[in-house]
Amino acid sequence: MGVFATSPESRRRHRSQQVAFAVLLAMTVLLVLPVLAILGMLVWRGAPALSLEFLFTAPVRGMTAGGIWPAIVGTMWLVGVSLAISAPIGVLAAVYLNEYARDSWVTRVIHLAIVNLAGVPSIVHALFGVGAFVLFFRFGTSILSASLTLAIMTLPVIIASTKEALAAVPMTFREACWNVGASRWQTIWHVVLPNSIAGILTGIILQVSRAAGETAPILFTGAAVFVPFLPQSVNDQCMALSMHLFTISTQVQSVPQSITYGTALVLVLLVVLVNGVSIVIRSRIRRRRKW
Amino acid sequence: MTKPQGIRTENLSLWYGQFQALLDVSLEIHHGRVTGLIGPSGCGKTTLLRCFNRINERIDGVRTAGHVHILGEDIYAPGVDLVELRKRVGMVFQRPNPLPLSVRENVLFGLRIHFRRGELRKDELAHAVEASLKEVGLWEALKDKLGHRATSLSLEQQQKLCIARLLPLRPEVLLMDEPCSALDPAATQRVEQLIRELRDRYTILIVTHNMAQARRISDECIFMLLGKLIEHRRTEDLFISPKDERTANYVEGRFG
Repeated sequence: MGVFATSPESRRRHRSQQVAFAVLLAMTVLLVLPVLAILGMLVWRGAPALSLEFLFTAPVRGMTAGGIWPAIVGTMWLVGVSLAISAPIGVLAAVYLNEYARDSWVTRVIHLAIVNLAGVPSIVHALFGVGAFVLFFRFGTSILSASLTLAIMTLPVIIASTKEALAAVPMTFREACWNVGASRWQTIWHVVLPNSIAGILTGIILQVSRAAGETAPILFTGAAVFVPFLPQSVNDQCMALSMHLFTISTQVQSVPQSITYGTALVLVLLVVLVNGVSIVIRSRIRRRRKW
Repeated sequence: MTKPQGIRTENLSLWYGQFQALLDVSLEIHHGRVTGLIGPSGCGKTTLLRCFNRINERIDGVRTAGHVHILGEDIYAPGVDLVELRKRVGMVFQRPNPLPLSVRENVLFGLRIHFRRGELRKDELAHAVEASLKEVGLWEALKDKLGHRATSLSLEQQQKLCIARLLPLRPEVLLMDEPCSALDPAATQRVEQLIRELRDRYTILIVTHNMAQARRISDECIFMLLGKLIEHRRTEDLFISPKDERTANYVEGRFG
């Protein structure tokens, strides 16, 4: 027998290694299955409903026919306005927390608040939105109220992801900056932000899918079951894809299945599209930087 | 004209929270010479170095007492602007830390930070790049690569570039924290050569773990132990006839 021939002991180790591989692979496949199943079912049942007419007309006959255009437009309004509010606030707050704030009990309380805000169920956000924006600030049930509610919901995640992107910028870059006499803000503006913008954008865009998909926070604050016109300003109510899906699948009788699944498919495609754009932007920016 | 002054400290002490890292350090570092700072790890060399451009203050819980005079002025006095201080007192780190920009923009970074867009003429900028790179001996190698990414250079070139980056701001003091520890012996030799060449124009303070290096490049040497300054003399004297027994033990390799 050669020196390097397999011993019974090493053969046993090989076997347990193979078992481990098989189990891990199986779990990974299990993870992918539901995703494929959902997408497959949506495409199979919803694709026949898709047409230009379905996309670009309003629902008719008590929502049992026609299209979903007002809901698409409404979702875009809600997502756009909510991110226009939460992205700047979230990014600036994260810059403060990561670059300026010292470790004191105040910042620890702020961190705790952010973590807890991220864990609040969306229906609670909805109730808060009603109390604060609809009633107290008298914004009424409107795109503004709904977007503010969504903004509060997405804010903690944007802060967290931005902080992570900022923290990934090597400390040596900051030290290099300070050592030529750059102020903190100059360091942030010239070095930290340009090198973390890809991560920051990714974090923000990922919140698009969350804002687009949530139903509870907009249910009482701004989304309506049916609005006969497209929103003209943030003071109007609007329809939304998620809300529309909820309505036609639970509240309205005899809606053809193809319309329900078609609506769901459009919502998913919209989110996939936005995520795709974010991936392209990120890889573009990544290719430019090297360290 | 008065003779340019180096660095003078009086009873400088520094605490990280409860831990005292520097104990009553009083020293005088002369302009136009290279001063080496040696001592075992954790003796406060780097901490002392970082006091001289006040970069320690970024760390929570740091407290300093005593005085540090640079160019005759107390840099811990209330009216001192950190921006102006750091323009005059540049620092080179253990690992080269070029910014993820082009070679040219790395050299010009300091100027861009301190002047508005309109205040810098194109030919001035070009001159600053050429002069700074020539001073560190990189001009011939990099004059056709000014647009290249600084992070793609060799470590030796990166470290020289980090020195060049300080020069357009006309510093008086160059602080170097083990500037050669990431370099191979040949590159180390060339960076040491550069430090020798820069010596006349600046006050250079260099922390090193390598005693042979301290002997090669420094004119004066300071030995520190447990936050205290033990001995500060001409390098030859410190190595050949140390006065303090602890210095002798360290430089002869009996501990540390």
